Amino acid sequence: MIALGILLTIAVSLVFPGIIAITKARLGGRKGPGIFQPLLDIIRLFKKGSVYSHTTSIVFQAAPVIYVASILVALLFIPFGQTQGLLSFEGDFVFFASVLAIGKFLLIIGAMDTGSGFEGMGANREALYSMLVEPAFFILMGSIALLTKHTSFHDIYAHLYLNSYLSRLIAIVGIYLFGLIALVENSRLPIDDPATHLELTMVHEVMILDNSGFDMAILHLASGFKFALYGALIANFMIPSEWALGGQIFVFLLAQFLFAFGIGALESFRARNKMAKNPQWILTLSAISLIGFLTAMIITHNFILN
Amino acid sequence: MNATSIAVIMGLSLIIFAVPARLKWHVSFVLQILLGAITGWSALRVLLTDTGILNVPFFYLRGNPVQLLMDPLSAYFVLVINFTAITGGLYALGYLKPYAAAKNPTELSLHHFSFLWLHISMLLVCMIREGLAFLIVWEMMAVTSFILVIFESEKKETIRIGINYLIQMHVALVFIMSGFIYASAKTGAAFGFDGLATYFAVYAPFSAFLLFFIGFGIKAGFMPLHSWLPHAHPAAPAHVSGVMSGVIIKMGIYGILRTLTYIHTDLLFIGIFMLVISMISGLLGVMYAIVQHDVKKLLAYHSIENIGIIGIGIGVGLIGLAMNIPELAALGFAGGLLHVLNHSLFKSLLFYCAGSVNQQTHTRHIEDLGGLIKQMPKTGLFFLLGALSICGLPPFNGFISEFLIYSGLFNSLQSGGLSIDLVLLGAFVGLVLIGGLAIFCFTKVFSIVFLGTGRTEAPRHAHEVTNSMIIPKVASGLLIVAVGILPMAFVGPLSKVTGQFVDDVSAMRNTTAALTQVSYGSLLFVGIAALLWIVRTFQQKKVNVGFGPTWGCGYSGADPAVHQYTATSYADNYVAIVGPLVKVKKQYIPFKEDEIFPFPRKFETHTRDPLEHYLVNRPVGVLTTRMEKAAVFQTGKLQHYMLYALLFMVLVFLLTVFQYI
Repeated sequence: MIALGILLTIAVSLVFPGIIAITKARLGGRKGPGIFQPLLDIIRLFKKGSVYSHTTSIVFQAAPVIYVASILVALLFIPFGQTQGLLSFEGDFVFFASVLAIGKFLLIIGAMDTGSGFEGMGANREALYSMLVEPAFFILMGSIALLTKHTSFHDIYAHLYLNSYLSRLIAIVGIYLFGLIALVENSRLPIDDPATHLELTMVHEVMILDNSGFDMAILHLASGFKFALYGALIANFMIPSEWALGGQIFVFLLAQFLFAFGIGALESFRARNKMAKNPQWILTLSAISLIGFLTAMIITHNFILN
Repeated sequence: MNATSIAVIMGLSLIIFAVPARLKWHVSFVLQILLGAITGWSALRVLLTDTGILNVPFFYLRGNPVQLLMDPLSAYFVLVINFTAITGGLYALGYLKPYAAAKNPTELSLHHFSFLWLHISMLLVCMIREGLAFLIVWEMMAVTSFILVIFESEKKETIRIGINYLIQMHVALVFIMSGFIYASAKTGAAFGFDGLATYFAVYAPFSAFLLFFIGFGIKAGFMPLHSWLPHAHPAAPAHVSGVMSGVIIKMGIYGILRTLTYIHTDLLFIGIFMLVISMISGLLGVMYAIVQHDVKKLLAYHSIENIGIIGIGIGVGLIGLAMNIPELAALGFAGGLLHVLNHSLFKSLLFYCAGSVNQQTHTRHIEDLGGLIKQMPKTGLFFLLGALSICGLPPFNGFISEFLIYSGLFNSLQSGGLSIDLVLLGAFVGLVLIGGLAIFCFTKVFSIVFLGTGRTEAPRHAHEVTNSMIIPKVASGLLIVAVGILPMAFVGPLSKVTGQFVDDVSAMRNTTAALTQVSYGSLLFVGIAALLWIVRTFQQKKVNVGFGPTWGCGYSGADPAVHQYTATSYADNYVAIVGPLVKVKKQYIPFKEDEIFPFPRKFETHTRDPLEHYLVNRPVGVLTTRMEKAAVFQTGKLQHYMLYALLFMVLVFLLTVFQYI
């Protein structure tokens, strides 16, 4: 039962990129690949050999493994409705964010290890963007912690709706921000266009130019994990605790599907930001989360009644 | 621990001058080990058993007995000092080898003697409470570290920096002394820490606290009192930089903590004051660090950042005490105190690695380096370990202390009222920003120094350093991992120290329970990574693994040595955002529009520390020019001086006539 949320998230992660691809194809008037096509590509990559650059060292080879391990550990914190994740403790979201950060650290230095100017550029942008997005996550979690007086993912979700119907306001801010943070963390539109063909304008794609075979396969897997990870954080805002388990699972899957569909739709209709505007755009997320924090303060300190 | 044994070690230290040059290090190191064993054993007893406070009569000063007092706070700092000073001492063996021929025996003796005495005086600083004796050992610490900093005295720049350091340390001394004098004059109580209890019990504490904060803060390197630090660290030899950043600046923190043990009123204001100063130090420290190209200067700015993190812990701890939020108080102090140990471990490790690179490549300029992990794999991996832990990432030690502070902040939301919630918000946003900027900085410095390919000839002839320079890194590295994986083993004994500041240490029990889970999480992380690595190894055996050049995106002429990213370009988009806060000046000749065949060009960037520039250099510059102008009166002619005396007497006469005096 404890592992339910984790298993569901992993299951969703396998088809998540497929759903995005289909959505983009259909909205673009194409037939598109099957939903399992990205997964099949990954399986093919697992069978392939690797080529390493002479410039690289052990860091380059270890980076993808540690990156994926960090995301897998972060997955263990994902609660499901009223059930807690495999790991759950006071302040676990600090560990969650930090363990994701160590993965990112390794991925960045892995890219720098190739000695390629392009990959350096991508690594540098990734470092800057993830530095800028971090406060948004913490302020958001802080505002939910302020509202619920709890600091673990499980307790936060379990107690969110108990105090006041006004906490739905925070839930909406939370859903919105987790969605956008997921886009930044996964380097998707409007921050970065994974379908672009010009290395100069890439962020994440250009960082993994030199990875091949097994490393590439697990990096692709990791991308799905990361999407489903944030999708699960979003879905947990929506799961109604009084429903039966079947209904809860349905809501979870529906939320994940809508998230994937939303990303596909966004990528079909929106152009990417100008590169120089990205920092501003990301800082806006922190500003929004600050509004969430102030809202939480207003609710908890009963400003409305005074 | 008894007075005789320490006195004997002090006496034996003179042997260093008598033995031949090749044995000087050995004598000094053996004495260091003895000293560490004697004081460390007592410190462990104080921290781990119910011995209570150790009290050893040491010597008589003006007829008054001076005691060595070891309470948990002293014991904790004694352990931290001993560890870093001994690893530093060991590291010196390999690091000083290239200097053996260049330096004469007296210089070497003086260096080893000073290193040993620095160790002794730091230990005494932590154990002496009597005012005059404290100031004497504090002064000894300043002088010995000054001698250590100017080891490469043949460079003019080093002497200049050393004197700057010495002067600033004396400014600090004046402030501390004024604090003692002020307190004892007001109350008539004893001159020294013991007298402070009487003073703070009666008077509002802030004015006296400010004197001590400035005095100890100069040593600790809080901004804007930091201006000696980014110069002294790069100028000193690596083992001295390691000890300096690891423990000497912590003596400032010790002083502030010791003063705080006597203050029980007005804590909210003092706490917010500490928090604001610490946030400024933390944020600006790391922000300036990113644009540095001298690896040791960069690390020096990170010391300021980490002093800021320690200060944030102490600041929120004080706020917790003042607002009666026991959990915030306990976790703030515990986090700040643990970070003292953590920073001493990873910062000395990073300085040892930087020193090894410096020794092998003869440059500290990171733009000249690159690809060193291939020639110096051990040093490279230890630098990576230090970098990960300084960024506060699990499963390493930096994460644990930051986790304690974060837990205190988040768990105390809504317990103190609106304004406290805002203060907590400010504190955790500050911590997050510091963490993010540190990751940005250390991905840069590690990549530029150790990854890719060498940018000049300098790194190509480097070799791995000798074992005596590796073992200290192993020791620090092991403790870094130990604190990260088994935090409870360290946080547990620390609660005795925390208990000196807060009454209710049990308020952090939720977080101590969480720490056990943190260590499970860390172990799982390591386990999953290891498992994936094993799977990868099996997969790699089954398939073809080839090697080739880095993919140049279709351009086959790409050469990593020329085209790879540089530190300047890595920092460029960051500089574009924070612009005015960090001054970076670019110097280059721009391309002309009609220039078809460009000639070779140079591109230079210069950074300066705005705080140092506006708060220190500029006022000093103005003062100097004014003084120079005033020098027209100093003509050297006797007639003029007699005229001045006459004018002075006339002035006094007139003032008396008109009854002004």
